[in-house]
Amino acid sequence: MVFPTQGHLFRALPIALALSACGGESAPPVTAEESLEVTETYARILHAAYSDAVTGAQALDGAIDAMLASPSESTLTAARTAWTASRPAYLETEVARFYDGPIDDPETGPEGLVNAWPLDEAYIDYVVDASGTPVEGGLIYDDAELPTIDEASIAERNQVGSEENVSTGYHAVEFLLWGQDRSTTGPGARAHTDYVEGGEATGVARRRAYLAATSSLLVTHLEEVRDAWSESAGNYRADMIAAADEDPREPLRRILVGMGSLSGAELAGERMNVAYMTKEQEDEHSCFSDTTLQDQLHDAIGIRNVYLGRYTRTDGSVVEGESLSDLVASRDADLDARMREQLDASVTAIEAIPGPFDQAILGTDDAAGRVAIAAAVDALRAQTRTIAEIAALLGVTINLEE
Amino acid sequence: MERAASSVILSVLVLACAPADPSGYEPGEERSGGDTTVFDTSRAAYSISARNLTFDERSRFLVGNNFFGDNWVVAPSSTSARDGLGPLHNALSCGSCHLFDGRGEPPGEGEEMVSMLVRLSVPGQDEHGGPLGEPTYGGQLQPRAIPGVPPEAATHLAWEEIPGTYEDGEAYSLRRPILTIDTLAYGPMQDDVMTSARVAPPVYGLGLLEAVPDATLLALADPNDADGDGISGRVNHVWDATRGETAIGRFGWKATQPTIRQQTAGAFLGDLGITTSLFPSQECSESETECRAATAGGEPECEDDILDFVVFYGQTLAVPARREADDPEVLRGKRLFRDAGCASCHVPRLETGEHEISALADQIIYPYTDMLLHDVGDELADHRPDFEADGREWRTPPLWGIGLLQTVNRHQLLLHDGRARGFAEAILWHGGEAEASREAFRAMSRDEREAVLRFLESL
Repeated sequence: MVFPTQGHLFRALPIALALSACGGESAPPVTAEESLEVTETYARILHAAYSDAVTGAQALDGAIDAMLASPSESTLTAARTAWTASRPAYLETEVARFYDGPIDDPETGPEGLVNAWPLDEAYIDYVVDASGTPVEGGLIYDDAELPTIDEASIAERNQVGSEENVSTGYHAVEFLLWGQDRSTTGPGARAHTDYVEGGEATGVARRRAYLAATSSLLVTHLEEVRDAWSESAGNYRADMIAAADEDPREPLRRILVGMGSLSGAELAGERMNVAYMTKEQEDEHSCFSDTTLQDQLHDAIGIRNVYLGRYTRTDGSVVEGESLSDLVASRDADLDARMREQLDASVTAIEAIPGPFDQAILGTDDAAGRVAIAAAVDALRAQTRTIAEIAALLGVTINLEE
Repeated sequence: MERAASSVILSVLVLACAPADPSGYEPGEERSGGDTTVFDTSRAAYSISARNLTFDERSRFLVGNNFFGDNWVVAPSSTSARDGLGPLHNALSCGSCHLFDGRGEPPGEGEEMVSMLVRLSVPGQDEHGGPLGEPTYGGQLQPRAIPGVPPEAATHLAWEEIPGTYEDGEAYSLRRPILTIDTLAYGPMQDDVMTSARVAPPVYGLGLLEAVPDATLLALADPNDADGDGISGRVNHVWDATRGETAIGRFGWKATQPTIRQQTAGAFLGDLGITTSLFPSQECSESETECRAATAGGEPECEDDILDFVVFYGQTLAVPARREADDPEVLRGKRLFRDAGCASCHVPRLETGEHEISALADQIIYPYTDMLLHDVGDELADHRPDFEADGREWRTPPLWGIGLLQTVNRHQLLLHDGRARGFAEAILWHGGEAEASREAFRAMSRDEREAVLRFLESL
């Protein structure tokens, strides 16, 4: 299952739209009005979440500028803190992936430039070889390959048609702030001197330029996606709302495909169960900072937000409206109650995983970390099946890998 | 023209349920992959797990999917399970060629090959009867490389149009590829090098083909055309690197791979530059010094447990169900397809036997292939032998799922090098043993031809 132009996080999932002619469901068909109400709330939530992601990325960009202006352990730590703080809002938007929406439109979606993984560290900067010796290399050391370092040039180098290596986005910034994580007990430990001109470190000028450009590019891409969800004519949001008039089920299909794909194949499967089954150290998305559990938690919260029609913004204010939950409850109160219980249970199960994630996957199957991960995977899979049931109830059949 | 002889062979293979429907609809024929079949007409149609897997097997499928889809990265990296890319390679992941688990395509004007590669060999055979790689560039041209290593070469395709007409006077045009290789980084190639450009074939349904017994292939084969129908399918005998012996080839454009495991490990090495226990050494020639000096991402780079997951994935991708299998026009096309002799090689129905994955065992499937080698004429020939396949022979490719190609891969470029723009052109390229079938198609009325295409669209 692979999307052509992006890395790991840009993945087609097995989704089918087979409008069930004989589903045996007797629920009344969804009206255009009902669909519009849910779609409106969904769009408002996404616009708010992407706006928060932009704000977080701007704050990160500012902290990076401050660090570059005056590199020290404390300014580097502040930049790392800003990176970690910028992540939750973005993760809560990932529920809007997997249906070729603005974030991962096959032609224009910037997902692979924003959150792709695994990162080609050696393609960007020096890495340490097996004996612990730094190996200088990557774009930062390659003037011929990348003569100028700016937003445009690194975007162009990145993953065109999946032939290029991942070298931008959150995880590139993360790598440039933390460095490789070769520690079994903590995150990466890049020294601030990597950014000090005229010191011991090599490649400093180009590394500084690369970090600044990658960070700016991240803001640019997030702004593009945010604007696709704003209230204005001719953008994706307008199209999705128009689709509700044409076929009330279509926007609901997209919403459910996003929820179900993230819940099952992506989060339970790709992001948790793969590492659980392979026990591969660092086989996790935010491996440099060891913040993968935060990613998983906010992915799950993002799914719950969409179902409940309620998103808590970074500043604590709340965006809410007519929800999928209301729509389901109007037809099958028990099913709605089960969905809400399962969404809560998944969030709780992820919260119960002892961090860091790359340690929790290790050991025997009765080790506390592995038991907790397995329970979270099971909880996510159970909720994925319920999402498929909800789709069927609303007249949309989707094939979801759990 | 229906031939009694091939019917006899087939009747050995079919169950006792002969089609009762006089229209020619065979109950269940829409379930192309038997119990694995998935009903899906979206872009994900080739990407779904066999529907009859156990829960644990679906977990394994998803892990395999992950390693199939994710990029491999340059070593050394923090993600040690996923590093070791290159040094020389064609792509960063399995999925970048097998897009959406489907079919690759030739590059557009001025573009580089992405989901297509060029095989190389020189006259002679290796110790196992396989092709001899070009001394400097090996068995396959690798136009990409990790930093610090010069890519082997650049490849370009140009096209030449060849006009033709149907018997009713309607004109068509076919296009022939012209391959050029330049920017050779390691010196000239041997003068008598043979090249063969191929697109990545689809990867769904392979496990079912693996589960078809050898005996079935041998029964379908007719190397000396004993039945006199002009069709002489042959099995390819190839080297099985796992067992260290000769085996029947099933996979690849010339049926040169005996198992999905070997196909997968071969692609890991050739296409991604990733070593496995099956093929533990990088193929850097004497003159490729940077390649020889590059850092490995482990020994092997892709460990057995990961390889097992990816192999499992390749074995258990479901086949999508047919659409409109009982539509009268589709059934008319199906009859015309059969009467033109197409079904002699594109055998509609097979049965699987034993397989380690029970979901694949004892299934009635509709792959439209015999997995045998056929001489399909000079026009399609690459003139490059591969084990027992000569330079004019290709393996009959399965047709199941092909009607969803446009939906999934957004193109309809067919044949080994993607020269055919749609089903009609693909048929019109057939020659050799398939010449009579091609001529039958060329002689059909427009109406009949469209019925054949409708049938293919339903697959």
